[in-house]
Amino acid sequence: MLKVVSLSKSYRSAQETVDVLRGVSLAVARGESVALTGESGSGKSTLLHLIAGLDEADDGEVWLEDVRVTGLPDAGRAALRRARLGLIFQQFNLVPSLSVADNLAFQARLAGRHDAAWLRELIARLGLDGLTKRYPEQLSGGQQQRVAIGRALAVKPALLLADEPTGNLDEATADEVVRLIRDLVARSGCGLLMVTHSARLAAMLDRRLHLSGGLLA
Amino acid sequence: MKRAVWVLAVLLSHWRRHPMQLATLLVGLIAATALWSGVQALNQQARVSYDRAAALFGGARTAMLIDPAHATFSQAAFVALRRAGWPVSPVLEDRVQVNGRSVRLLGIEPVTMPAETASSSAIDRNDLHAFVAPPGRTLVAPEALRDLGLVAGATPRINDSAELPPLQSQPQLAPGVLIVDIGVAQRVLGKPEQISRLLVGKTAHGAGDLPDKVAGATLQWVAPDSETDLARLTDSFHLNLTAFGLLSFLVGLFIVNSAIGLAFEQRLPTLRTLRACGVSARLLNVVVVVELVSLALLGGLIGLIGGYVIAAALLPDVAASLRGLYGAQLPGTLSLQPQWWLAGIAMSVLGALAAAAASLVRLARLPLLAAAQPYAWQQAQRRWLLRQGVLAAAMLIAAVGILIFGDSLLAGFAVLAALLLSAALALPVLLDGVLRLGGKGARGALPAWFWADSRQQLPGLSLALMALLLALAVNVGVGTMVQSFSATFVRWLDGRLAADIYVSAANETQAAEIRRWLATRTDISAVLPGARTEVQIDGAPVEIMGVADHATYRENWPLLRSAADGWDRVHRGAAAFISEQLSRRLHLDVGSRLRIDAPGGDWSLDVVGVYADYGNPKGQLAVNIDALLRHFPDTPQTRFGMRVAPEHIANVIAAMRAAFHLDARQLADQATVKAESKRIFNRTFAVTAALNTFTLGVAGIALLTSLLTLSGSRLPQLAPLWAIGITRERLAVIELLKTMAVALVTALLALPLGLLVAWCLIAVVNVKAFGWRLPFQVFPMQLLELLGVAMVAALLATLLPILKLARMQPTTLIKIFADER
Ligand SMILES: Nc1ncnc2c1ncn2[C@@H]1O[C@H](COP(=O)(O)OP(=O)(O)O)[C@@H](O)[C@H]1O
Ligand SMILES: [Mg+2]
Repeated sequence: MLKVVSLSKSYRSAQETVDVLRGVSLAVARGESVALTGESGSGKSTLLHLIAGLDEADDGEVWLEDVRVTGLPDAGRAALRRARLGLIFQQFNLVPSLSVADNLAFQARLAGRHDAAWLRELIARLGLDGLTKRYPEQLSGGQQQRVAIGRALAVKPALLLADEPTGNLDEATADEVVRLIRDLVARSGCGLLMVTHSARLAAMLDRRLHLSGGLLA
Repeated sequence: MKRAVWVLAVLLSHWRRHPMQLATLLVGLIAATALWSGVQALNQQARVSYDRAAALFGGARTAMLIDPAHATFSQAAFVALRRAGWPVSPVLEDRVQVNGRSVRLLGIEPVTMPAETASSSAIDRNDLHAFVAPPGRTLVAPEALRDLGLVAGATPRINDSAELPPLQSQPQLAPGVLIVDIGVAQRVLGKPEQISRLLVGKTAHGAGDLPDKVAGATLQWVAPDSETDLARLTDSFHLNLTAFGLLSFLVGLFIVNSAIGLAFEQRLPTLRTLRACGVSARLLNVVVVVELVSLALLGGLIGLIGGYVIAAALLPDVAASLRGLYGAQLPGTLSLQPQWWLAGIAMSVLGALAAAAASLVRLARLPLLAAAQPYAWQQAQRRWLLRQGVLAAAMLIAAVGILIFGDSLLAGFAVLAALLLSAALALPVLLDGVLRLGGKGARGALPAWFWADSRQQLPGLSLALMALLLALAVNVGVGTMVQSFSATFVRWLDGRLAADIYVSAANETQAAEIRRWLATRTDISAVLPGARTEVQIDGAPVEIMGVADHATYRENWPLLRSAADGWDRVHRGAAAFISEQLSRRLHLDVGSRLRIDAPGGDWSLDVVGVYADYGNPKGQLAVNIDALLRHFPDTPQTRFGMRVAPEHIANVIAAMRAAFHLDARQLADQATVKAESKRIFNRTFAVTAALNTFTLGVAGIALLTSLLTLSGSRLPQLAPLWAIGITRERLAVIELLKTMAVALVTALLALPLGLLVAWCLIAVVNVKAFGWRLPFQVFPMQLLELLGVAMVAALLATLLPILKLARMQPTTLIKIFADER
């Protein structure tokens, strides 16, 4: 479903050129959950950004189902993100001025795929009942991350991309959040590519990829 | 579309959580639009009135034919031209006295009146019969009716003789004019068969087709003028108003700019989230602009209402000063045209877009992923200050350049604008320098932090401080100009109004009677005859004043410079003093020579002195009165002054009132005239003073709102200090000191800048606008007072955010340290 073919990316500045990715290839099947590990600065986030079309690759291709992400114009990539991708970041990326309920429904509404029953189920499974009228700043970190997960899954994406979703959380909460993500992914049948540098969390997923020196091992 | 609405809803939710920011933005928009459109409403009102007046007199909108050699000519010319197919219409006009007031009586011929003139529409077809058939009607504007103290239907007498047809109120007429049928006018003015001019309707005929002689008269074609005389005369006044409106608009935009910049900064993460969730860059840009335009429309609409209120409040003052300065009549009520509303809204929207330009460009270029901060704040600030400094220097060079090479009123204002802008841009650079110096001298951790933190705060505060600087500088500038004017004006009035009692007789017969009567009195030390006539020099009207040879004049005349034997030469008849305005306009000075077309032949005059004649839009010459009467034998001799010992003044006036039924306008003592002149003068500047106060108020609001919006983002900087044991109260005091310190530095910088502005106003703008130059004076008390006002304004603006800080809940501060944010 997700297919990445010899993707490369380098950052050029006046002083130096950093080759972050040097021909990365991978595939994630529908319903499969994959962990992406690697040292800090190894290019995990860069890879995720390229897959999501947030940044442009120097070379290589990204295919999501039947769409070639690389080469799409901005509007096309936006449409793709809206309807087929769920993004979760380390910093929770909620809209501070919207309530929890509005944050949850927001992307699905944008994509025109608002499904009230599914949203209710998500809220229940994420344990957010009773918190929907609050604003992000009135939630704990774990709760905020659950809102972000809910928002990403509310659109029923084909692929969920998570970049260190537990980086800001304590161990117990992190385990619980990853378990939630894994279960919800299984329930909705989408694919998952999750960046983490915790071997313990990586072990909870189906498969594990390791990024090092710009290449996957 | 639905998607756009969702995105808009998300963006708008920001304001719900930050109402203070929204208020700031709207205050800026409202203030900018209100002040600008208020001034424009006044200008528009005045323009409409001038146009109305001009169209009515038939001078501006249509071509006309006059007899340059005579005031009136035979109406046979009208008949002859009509027969030859010319669409002409006769007008007879004269100034008359009604109920002790001087008004214009206009006789028209409604049937042939060209359609372009307003008065043709003033006479309804239905009223036509009543207007022309005996007894006829006298049309008059409602304001004029009130001024004359008459009611509709009254039949007042003109010049205490002939009776006018019944008055009828006609709203669209210009004030100060009475309109009657031309037949009536010829009868009551005692000028049978005579007309003053012929209006020419739309015709293929041109000046060249005019026969040499029409029914014995040599007629001259006067082309239609797009601009009225009145409009030209009052242009300077309106330009002044517009300049202040524009300045206030800019100060308002400063607020808008800072509010939008801050909102943009705070919404940056949200904007990124939106993009990540699948909102395309284009959609986001469009929605942000739509949001801005909607807010601008809202602010603009409220601002327009505010502008209307301001204009309505200032209109009486403006009307009074225009009447006092130029004799222009303005109706007392405001009536606005649709263009005004549209222009106001457009200004608001364009202003908001301009103020948001930097933020919009940043949004359009916004990278999807937050890049690592490329510079520390110090580096970023250095670049910002450098850019400000370079721009400031460029503006200063521009100001000096325009000052040297420019030579018009517009150039004068451009110098002012460039100067103010340059100073505003340079302000953060100067403040940063002062704070850095302070930091060098600081000892101990807290003082060192104090200076460094003040510097870091500069970008957030600088716009408000710039607004404060501009408002203060303009206040100092205009205040100094008005005070200089006031001081000079009083001295000048003393010189010009040297006689103790002034008389203006209704006509020559009465004047002769009064003179005979005065000769019999022993309590009058001298009678000083005066006479005035008007001529055209270089196409502009010039007054010629006849002055008697008397010590009163020699001792008091406000001469700026003169030849040694000036007075003697003037009294010999072949020399004149000229007003400063005339000297500048015609490039004449002591030693020049001047030629005047007089009925008694050319009159050649040596210029032997230049005198101050403040506030008079016309040029003026002072000559010996006997010489004037020799060259202009028709000059009415109805005015004269008298020297009377102070203890006899009241007696003489009472006796004259009783003997000749003179009213207050015809008989006045010097003290009353002076008081009246000062009143007119004060009202002229009341408008400026009111706008000044508004501007300062807006600057105060700018300061308050920036401090309020800043106080939220200041928490991360203050929380560590609180954590290491500095109480909230102490922090609040430090914050207060800091803001007051930068406000004080700003105010101190504003004083010299303001004096520079005053100099520009006095030496450049005033000279171009009015033709005279005031002596420049500095009033230290006024400067101190304004400094005090500025500090109080800063204190008030600082107080609210400081109180908020002092009362802040510890949990709010703790939150800064919590990981989970
Ligand atoms: N916008 C950028 N400009 C320059 N270099 C960047 C940029 N983004 C990331 N990098 C560099 O690319 C490398 C990979 O970054 P990243 O993908 O964020 O690593 P990871 O997520 O694995 O920690 C790092 O060395 C980082 O410094
Ligand atoms: Mg990363």
